[in-house]
Amino acid sequence: MTVQLQRSATVAGPVRRVRRSKHRPIWEEQPTIAGYVGKTVALTLIVLAVLYPLYTIVLTSISTQATINAAGGLVTVPGEITFAAYRQILSGGIVTRATLVSIGITAVGTLLSTTVSVLCAYGLSRPNSFAHRPILFLLLATMFFGAGMIPTYLLVSHLGLIDSYWALILPTAVSAFNVLIVRNFFMGIDQAITDAARIDGAGEWRVLGQIVLPMSKAVTAVVALFYGVGYWNAFFNAMLYINDNSKWPLQLVLRSYVLQGVTLPGSGVGQVDVASGAVTGLPVKMAVVVMAIVPVLIVYPFVQRHFTKGVIFGAIKG
Amino acid sequence: MSKQVADAAPARPAGTAQRGTADGGPGGRRRRPVTGTAHRRTSASVPVRKVSMWAQIKRDRSLLLMTVPVIVLLAVFAYVPMAGNIIAWQDYSPYVGIVDSPFVAWDNFERVFTNPLFLNAVKNTLLITAFQLVFFFPIPIALALLLNSVITPAIRTTIQSIVYLPHFFSWVIVVTVFQQIFGGASQLHRILAGHGVHFDLMTDPDTFLILITSQAVWKDAGWGIIIFLAALSTVDPALYEAAVVDGASRRRRTWHVTLPALRPVIILLLILRLGDALTVGFEQLILQRGAVGPGAAEVIDTYVYYQGVIAGDWSFAAAAGLVKGVVSMLLVLGANKLAHVFGEAGVYQRA
Repeated sequence: MTVQLQRSATVAGPVRRVRRSKHRPIWEEQPTIAGYVGKTVALTLIVLAVLYPLYTIVLTSISTQATINAAGGLVTVPGEITFAAYRQILSGGIVTRATLVSIGITAVGTLLSTTVSVLCAYGLSRPNSFAHRPILFLLLATMFFGAGMIPTYLLVSHLGLIDSYWALILPTAVSAFNVLIVRNFFMGIDQAITDAARIDGAGEWRVLGQIVLPMSKAVTAVVALFYGVGYWNAFFNAMLYINDNSKWPLQLVLRSYVLQGVTLPGSGVGQVDVASGAVTGLPVKMAVVVMAIVPVLIVYPFVQRHFTKGVIFGAIKG
Repeated sequence: MSKQVADAAPARPAGTAQRGTADGGPGGRRRRPVTGTAHRRTSASVPVRKVSMWAQIKRDRSLLLMTVPVIVLLAVFAYVPMAGNIIAWQDYSPYVGIVDSPFVAWDNFERVFTNPLFLNAVKNTLLITAFQLVFFFPIPIALALLLNSVITPAIRTTIQSIVYLPHFFSWVIVVTVFQQIFGGASQLHRILAGHGVHFDLMTDPDTFLILITSQAVWKDAGWGIIIFLAALSTVDPALYEAAVVDGASRRRRTWHVTLPALRPVIILLLILRLGDALTVGFEQLILQRGAVGPGAAEVIDTYVYYQGVIAGDWSFAAAAGLVKGVVSMLLVLGANKLAHVFGEAGVYQRA
C-alpha cells in the first residue's frame, strides 16, 4: 500500500496542475477543478453551519450590552468583551443551583448506568452460560416495545419519586442498546485470554476487572459518554417528575427562562426591556446556553476518537 | 436472588463446580439440597456430558449475579409499567388505584379511535415521518459520500469531529439556537420585516415541517454518517481498482461499488426508521408545540402527554400510548420480515 502511494506521488506529482495528493490511490483520476471547488465549498458551508451558531452564541455571551445593541442581536464581529453575564449567573441563584443539580445527576447516573451495563454485558457475554438467552430476550424486548409514558409516570409517582432526583436517573438507567454494544465488544475478545486467566484461578469478577475491562476502555468510554450526554441533556423527565423548580436541572431552566422567556427572579435571565426590544438579558441567556454546552465540549474530544470503534462494533454486529 | 439459588445447589458435580473458587462461601457448599428439583439431577439416566441446571447455576453464579442489577431495573422500570398498561382497559382514577378501578372493556380504545384530535395527531406524526424520510434520510448518505471522497486523513477526521458535535447537544439548545437565529427577535427577522416580509419561521404552522426537519438535519445528519462511513471503510479498494481497469468513471464506481456496499446499512436504517414511524422527536416537538400550536405540532406522544399528565384522563392516554406501542412493534417486526424476504440481514436474525 505505502509503496503504491509513494510511486503515485513521484510519477504524477510534478506534472499535474493540482498537485497529486499522496493519499490518492494510483488508479484514481484527479478530480476536475469544478468538482474540487464544489466539494470544498460544500464542506466549508457544512462546517460553518455547525460552527457559526456556536461562535455567535459564545461571542454574544461575552459581549457588552453596547456591542449587542450595535449588532442588533447576536454578535458576529467581536467588540467589547465582558464576563459580567457569567459572573451574574454563577453568583449563586437558580442557574448555579441547576448547574450543580445537572452535574450531580449526570455523575451519579452515568456511574450507575455504566456500571450495571458493563456488569450485565459481561454476565451475558459467555457463550452457553446459564439462562443468558432468556435474560437477553428480556433486554431486547424493551427495545421493541416501550411501556409508554403514562404507566411509567404512574409508577414513578406511586414509588414516591416525584420531586426526587432518582426519578431522573432510575427510569432511564438501562439502555438495552448500550448493553448490547458492550456485550458485542466483550464477545469479540479472544476467549483464550480469559480462559487462561480462569485456569490460573481467577473468578469471573477478577477476569472482568483485571483482563476484560482494561481491554475495553474505548467501548466503555463511548457508552459512558452516551449515558452521560443522555442525563445531561434530558429535560422532559424533569418536566414530568420535578415540580419544585429549585430542583430543576439546567436544561429545564434553559427551556423556561431562555426559550420561553419566563422572567427569572433575581438573576437577570429573561428580563425583557420592552422599549429597546427583546435584547436586554441576551448575554445572560446566551451564557446559560454556553453553560449547557460546555461540559459536552469538554468531554467530547477525549471520547470522539473512539466513536467508530465503539459504536460501529456494536451497531453493525448487533 | 441468584446468590441464594447458588447456595442452595449441592456441590456434587465436582468437575464443574470447581471453577468458581474465588467466590462463594465454603458454608454454602456443604449445605444439603433444599429444593425437590435438585434430586432429579442425580438420576443415572442423565448423559455424562450434560450439566444439570443446578450445576450450571452454580458454575455461572457470578455471571448471573452481574446481570441482577439490570434485571431489577428493567423489571421495575420497564416491565412493571408494561403491566401497568392494564389501566387502558379501566376507568382509572389515581385516588382509587389500579386494583380497585373498574374495568370498562374496550371503551377507552373506542374513544381513542373516534377522537378527531387523536386522529389529527396520527396524521401529523405520519406526515412528519414521511417528510423526513424524503428530506432527512438521504442527507447523511450524501454527506458520507462527500466526506468519503476527502482523501486527506487530517481534513477528514477534523470535519467528522465537527459534524458529529451537534448530536450531543440537547433539543433545548438546538431549539434555542434556531430561535435566536431565525426567531422573532433575530436580525434575520428584522431584515425581513424591513423589506415588508412578516414571517416567523419559529411560529408559523405552515412551515413547521421544514423547521423541524432542518433542526433534525442540523442536530443529527452529521452523526448519521458515522455508520455509513464505517460501511464504506470496509469496501475492498481492489474493487475500485478493478472498476477503473474496466473503464468505470467516478460516477459509475459510486453506482456499482459504493452504493451496493451501503445497501445493507441503508436497509437496516430504513427498518429502524419504520419502526420509529410513530415516534418523531418528542422532546423537539413538545418544546415547540406551544409556539406553533397543536394543529401542526401535535403528534401522538405529545397528545398522550397532554391527555394524561396535563388533563388527567389517564386511561384514555394509556390506551392511546398502548396503541402506538403495539403498532410500532408490529412495524419493526414487519419491516424486519420484509428485509429477510429481500435477502438482507435486517436488525436481528433467527439464530
